[in-house]
Amino acid sequence: MDDATDTLDPLAVAERWMDDGRAVAVATVVETWGSAPRPAGSHLVIDGDGNFHGSVSGGCVEGAVITEALDVIGSGEPRMLEFGVADETAWRVGLSCGGRIRVYLERLG
Amino acid sequence: MDPHILRKLNAERRARRAVVYLTDLGDGRDRLVREGDAVVGPLGEAIAAAFRSGRSGVVEVEGRSYFLNVHLPPPRIVVIGAVHISQALAVMAKVAGFDLTIVDPRTAFATGERFAGTDLVADWPEDVLKQRPLDAYTALVAVTHDPKIDDYPIRAGLEAGCFYVGALGSRKTHARRVERLLSQGASAAMIERIRAPIGLDIGAASPAEIAVAILAEVIEAFRRRELYRGAAA
Repeated sequence: MDDATDTLDPLAVAERWMDDGRAVAVATVVETWGSAPRPAGSHLVIDGDGNFHGSVSGGCVEGAVITEALDVIGSGEPRMLEFGVADETAWRVGLSCGGRIRVYLERLG
Repeated sequence: MDPHILRKLNAERRARRAVVYLTDLGDGRDRLVREGDAVVGPLGEAIAAAFRSGRSGVVEVEGRSYFLNVHLPPPRIVVIGAVHISQALAVMAKVAGFDLTIVDPRTAFATGERFAGTDLVADWPEDVLKQRPLDAYTALVAVTHDPKIDDYPIRAGLEAGCFYVGALGSRKTHARRVERLLSQGASAAMIERIRAPIGLDIGAASPAEIAVAILAEVIEAFRRRELYRGAAA
């Protein structure tokens, strides 16, 4: 990890945001089934204004994670999120690739 | 996530050290484990396995659920010798996702014109490797076949536990190299780890083909390194 990759690395971004005094939540893919777009260990970091960096899917569920992150920043209570296949008829948030993922969401500090 | 642990985690990653970041999914508590740190019991075994495989995941230990996030340094290649083979290797390594640095004290070879866009250091390996030490996530590729330039970094690569140490030269050249390294005090077991003649045996003839053979051998050494470790244990 050099200076160039630091600007793209979610955990380096989280540390910088923390140093700037921003509230931060960290989302981590902890389990995947089927063809999930991002492997376990991938991060999305979110600040109190809804700014985000990184990814936990190919853009399918980030919106839902960011909404939940604002709650977690408020309460400080970590939570586990699960996303499955998108159900187009119900307009549910989901993964169009057909995989399933579990995302652990926690506040930094 | 503990802010102090995040700082420590990022510092370890910047220093190219392998770590596991562990979260208890029940109570959210976290900790950092460095490769080589002793963790007893089944959790320790799960952590050791995670370091070997490089794969992050959830483990169940004694009724508790933990997430192990494995952070291994990205693999890189240090090439000794700014030669024709290295020009091709620099381009291919980038495509394959390796960081690459070329070191050669001969300023006629190590020119920006020959190696545009490549991290190139026109200095002696003895000096360069003090500033940028080799490690277990580095492949050392020595291709000058000049003992004055190649011998020191080959030995340094073996001592640092580089996942790959390869050296260009015929069997005869390599036999003389082995004698020199033995006389300098390197052990026979250590010297056996040198891949020579360098590169997978695909009948490579041109410099670019030899670069393919070297890169393939480096990839094999990296992807199968846990198997080699397993065999040694």
